[in-house]
Amino acid sequence: MAKVGIELDPVTKVSELSIAGRQLVAICRALAADAKLLIMDEPTASLTRHEVNALIKLVSDLKRSGICVVFVSHRLDEVLEIAERVTVLRDGAKVGTFAAATIDGRKLSHLMTGKAFEYQIQAPDLAPGAVVLEVQGLGRDGDYDDVSFQLRAGEVVGLTGLLGSGRTELALSLFGMNPPDRGSIALDGRRIALNTNAEAIHRGIAYVSEDRLTLGLILDQSISANVTLTVLERLAGAFGLIGARARQSHVARWVAELGIKVSNPDNPVKTLSGGNQQRVVLAKWMATNPRVLILDSPTVGVDIGAKDGIYEIIRRLAREGVAVLMISDEIPEVLFHSHRVLVMREGRLTTDVTAADTSEDALRQAVNA
Amino acid sequence: MPESRFAPFGRFRRSHEFWLLIVILALCASLGVANAQFLTMQNLFDLLTSYAFVGILALGLLVVLIAGGIDISFTATASVAQYVTLSVANAYGANWISVFAIAIGVGGVLGALNAMLIQKLRIPSIIVSVATLNIFYGLLIFFTGGKYIYSLPDWFATGIFWLEFEWGKDTSYGANLQILALAVSFLVTWLLLNRTNIGRQIYAMGDNADAAQRLGFHIFGLNMLVYCYMGVMAGIASLVQAQLAQSVAPTVLVGKELDVVAAVVLGGASLMGGVGTVLGTFLGLALLAILQNGIILLGVSSYWSPFFVGLVILISVSATARSQRKRRTPSARP
Repeated sequence: MAKVGIELDPVTKVSELSIAGRQLVAICRALAADAKLLIMDEPTASLTRHEVNALIKLVSDLKRSGICVVFVSHRLDEVLEIAERVTVLRDGAKVGTFAAATIDGRKLSHLMTGKAFEYQIQAPDLAPGAVVLEVQGLGRDGDYDDVSFQLRAGEVVGLTGLLGSGRTELALSLFGMNPPDRGSIALDGRRIALNTNAEAIHRGIAYVSEDRLTLGLILDQSISANVTLTVLERLAGAFGLIGARARQSHVARWVAELGIKVSNPDNPVKTLSGGNQQRVVLAKWMATNPRVLILDSPTVGVDIGAKDGIYEIIRRLAREGVAVLMISDEIPEVLFHSHRVLVMREGRLTTDVTAADTSEDALRQAVNA
Repeated sequence: MPESRFAPFGRFRRSHEFWLLIVILALCASLGVANAQFLTMQNLFDLLTSYAFVGILALGLLVVLIAGGIDISFTATASVAQYVTLSVANAYGANWISVFAIAIGVGGVLGALNAMLIQKLRIPSIIVSVATLNIFYGLLIFFTGGKYIYSLPDWFATGIFWLEFEWGKDTSYGANLQILALAVSFLVTWLLLNRTNIGRQIYAMGDNADAAQRLGFHIFGLNMLVYCYMGVMAGIASLVQAQLAQSVAPTVLVGKELDVVAAVVLGGASLMGGVGTVLGTFLGLALLAILQNGIILLGVSSYWSPFFVGLVILISVSATARSQRKRRTPSARP
């Protein structure tokens, strides 16, 4: 552990470590076997930017000590930062190998998807409506304090901050799973108390969890089962029994609406790609007709081509008048796909600014300051 | 989707249930050839009647397993339920409706107790149910002194015989209490699991309790319902058994748990939760019954019966696990 420069108490249970810590333990174990070649498959998929930086530093140390590293990732900036040579695979075939110095992110994403992507602020279609959700002086001991902001109909608000900044805890409070100690939450101007998430769902608040695999989906069950879970009551017909036909037409409607690529809706949801899995999660919550949609890291583990599809769905929801709160670690994501950006640091809301009035650097500074 | 009309059969052909069906048909054919008494209406009705007790309990256990828990206290629950119910019936008089109401009530209360202990103490369900099995049984033996009840109300001892029909010469068959109760239990459990809101929630909870909670499901309520359902099934099964045995014996039911577990596991339910079907449980029960019956009809010592049951469980469950592993293609990754 000294060799890789990490400090962890050796008797701590791995389950008590943060995801970053677990990642480090896995790396130590690989190195303890005197590895000459280290293959890392998406090591940063669940890490925050801060933790990624530490990992990148670790990888460069490993490089210097003569260990060969294969770094599999779809986060292009990391790949460019860490690698000497980049090999791009697409649909199972090798597109080519390039020296990292000769390419940039745009070219790389073009090579990966065959499409060119425009990076720009998506504010133009903003027509903010009435305030849907208003939070006043919200606080919860140990999590966050003195948080106030508004969400308007048709608005996408990005929320970023380091892990532990209180952003997920705040979002869970809005979803009734982490009741606040102080302050108020108002929906459509009326103060509400949310003690369980069943209440929140009933009032039209939906929450797409940060961890699709363990919290968002029932992986072994069918796509149909997953899509219908939030609306079982509505599908019930005579005697409270669910009709097979109502179920099928509901599933078919959402599969078509979100363009989910499925060969058969009765297949387990785990057979889908990350992007399609996330669409299933979105379909599940959109079917509840939410007023407020909270998205926690909606594009983690989704490849770059599919990410765009997810953003398109988010924009469409906003156009339909849903208030969207999008939490993400990725600063470009919140900057380019939100109308307004909030930054949390150490439990406080430190920044609340329109996306057009800020920049990547300014936000990065606000997050890490 | 042009192929979708045929897809359900394709899926069924790969399922655990399909293979069970094949094995059962093969077993029936060979037993039918080996012993003329096997494929008779008489034997079919005998089997349904004598396996109704195990079958009804298996349905209760199926629901618990799908919900991600386990309960093995049901034999003790059944013992308590039948003793209480028929003692009351003997002392105060009763009819069919009231005996079932009492047995279901007793079973439900004991099931609720299991659910409370599992959720309030946050102890694994297997441990809670081992404890409550002994507690229920211990109290029953203490208060009854292990005494049998031999005299049952006349109407109860006579039983039910509906839908009578003639088959062959001079023999008539019909639905007795055991067969009726088994059929109703299957129907209700199938509706609960496949056609209700609650059933879908139970499957989801059993597979991924955290995700189910995120969906706003009432986890406590669902567990309560599941263990109560098990208790209710134990209550119903206990009357079915008492009527068949024509007596109430506090000591004979405990120890039969593993037959029930065997039927459910043979039927493809997973001890990990989230997986299992009513059809599978029916086939698992059928396989168990045919196997044990066949061994007797073939004149093999019935001491061999547990051996073969164990062997079949091993083969059946590992075959399913293998075919599933083979089918699992690496999941598409971003």
